Amino acid sequence: MKACITSAATSRIDWNLALLLIAALILWFAPVGMGRYGTYVLTLWLVMSVAAMGLNLTLGFAGQISLAQAAFLGIGGYATALMTAKLGLGWLSAFAVSGLICFFVGVLLGFPALRVQHHYLAFVTLAFSTLCWLVMRNEEWLTGGVYGIANIPRPSILGMEFKSALAFHRFVVIVTVALALALWWLVRSPWGRAFQALRENPTRAASLGVNVRNYTLLAFAIGSAYGGFAGSLYAPLVQFIDPAPFALSQSLILLLMVIIGGSGYFLGPFLGALLAVALPEWLRFTGGLYQIFFAMAVLLLLIVSPSGILGFVEKFAAGRRTRAASAARAAAAATLSEGAKP
Amino acid sequence: MVELLQLLVSGLATGAIYALAAVGFTLVWQTSQTINFAQGDFVMLPAVFVLMGTTMFGLPLWVAIALASLIFILLFGVGFKIAIVDPMIRHGVLPLAIATMALSILMREGAKDAFSAEGQTFPSLVSDGNISIFGAVVSLQDLAVFAVAVLVILGLQAFITRTRLGRQMQATAQNADVARILGVPVARMILLTFVINAALAIIASFLISPIYLVKFSNGELIGAAAFNAAIVGGFNQIRGAIGGGLIIGVVDNLAARYVSTGYRAAFPLILLALVILLKPEGLFGRAEERKV
Repeated sequence: MKACITSAATSRIDWNLALLLIAALILWFAPVGMGRYGTYVLTLWLVMSVAAMGLNLTLGFAGQISLAQAAFLGIGGYATALMTAKLGLGWLSAFAVSGLICFFVGVLLGFPALRVQHHYLAFVTLAFSTLCWLVMRNEEWLTGGVYGIANIPRPSILGMEFKSALAFHRFVVIVTVALALALWWLVRSPWGRAFQALRENPTRAASLGVNVRNYTLLAFAIGSAYGGFAGSLYAPLVQFIDPAPFALSQSLILLLMVIIGGSGYFLGPFLGALLAVALPEWLRFTGGLYQIFFAMAVLLLLIVSPSGILGFVEKFAAGRRTRAASAARAAAAATLSEGAKP
Repeated sequence: MVELLQLLVSGLATGAIYALAAVGFTLVWQTSQTINFAQGDFVMLPAVFVLMGTTMFGLPLWVAIALASLIFILLFGVGFKIAIVDPMIRHGVLPLAIATMALSILMREGAKDAFSAEGQTFPSLVSDGNISIFGAVVSLQDLAVFAVAVLVILGLQAFITRTRLGRQMQATAQNADVARILGVPVARMILLTFVINAALAIIASFLISPIYLVKFSNGELIGAAAFNAAIVGGFNQIRGAIGGGLIIGVVDNLAARYVSTGYRAAFPLILLALVILLKPEGLFGRAEERKV
């Protein structure tokens, strides 16, 4: 996992940011004529990208495996469903509360786990996601159990209604871009520099005075909060939630998304979520075979390039640059030696 | 009291199966830092192979069992090591752990598509029936399962501590570099642990399938139990995995009866959280020095 988010900072235009804004513009108009279902898939892609973005911070920056991102998605989803459908509160407050709850749950989970040893966070989050799922299924008075919560309203903010599929899609585009920009800013802030130091070399970061445990915890908690934000978008998108989509297997898929796209790359989660969310919907005609192809593709990709698709692209580009540079050097050396002749 | 005894025996029987899976899990972790998230699916698949042999190719049961075991060891003992672990181990623990998650999805979906989405019965290797001990009615099957699992574990323990080959394997697990200096063929020993892991998974599969039916999604439950067992008992000791497996099996059974069936799966997890908080090296493990 090497330079990626910072590497672009050296060039004058940040291509990550430019790509993000161009993509947002395309996505704004993309669903026109796609129908309700096509729009739904596009919106789902963005929602899952938000969850994967958070996990990317945990995995790509703090180097921690979290197996609870789907559980955080669920916590956010249920919190939003309860606050908007049952209590009749506004979406914005539900959104903020969802993120906050997940942030604090993240701190509570991560603190003891990180005290012990690095890979223990994976174990703790594994147990946590199963516990969460059990609570969602068993506490019928709160979550509706297997029957779930239905009729979750779509947000209306400052008198603007986002009821139709297209309006809600555009709303999600705005929120996703805002959350992506916040993360983009975060990794450039002094905090973000510390995250990067952590990723590149934790021992060295510690020797430079970065409190490794606190920053790892912070990265995990913020990553979890993004899971909550995603859940807060997911509930009004589907307008019905039950425990099924928040099971452990979904956490694994989210983790695979981040890895496929390229963990630590700003745009990695979007690419990963595209392959894991949108393609299965579009390739539904293959039946269950898609999952098998997906798993095989992930295995092959990991063997060829553990840093994901974007890592592979970067390695390829770097290789080309190196070859071009050495060719230029060879040419220059030839002219120099010619010039040296009398 | 009688009921408690019955619950204890059946808890120990399932716990012993968890222990088999957990021992393989810790062996593979010790020798090659592989956190195998597909461990549960390793236990699910051999029984699927056997049923595919008997139903699709009409093989007699014993032939199917022998053939399935052989194929499974080649594919998921030797093949797993060569095709997945070897190319990925140099990239560190994390990508390899994630690769095993992808493998888990692959095995699960593969079993669903190639075999069946429904649970299938697996022939029991011992006759049905109950015997009564101190007034408690205990199923023969539970007793047989427990006996077989204990024998296998004792055999493995004897192999590791008493034979030359086993000691070389243990040396590799404890410190591969020193083992190499002492002339232990480290690469071969690591391969051996993968073969043993596959063999343990096969035995666990044949023991658990008559109880739980053969279903593609069984791996999730078994894998989580083996995982819990390894952590609760202690990651770096075989006796930890055994103790952990038995404890998880008993706790699971008692909680389901006396506390709440809905939260049955929660109790092993709460136990797991407590162990991580209070004794992270596991109940029977030894504390590891933290590497810088």
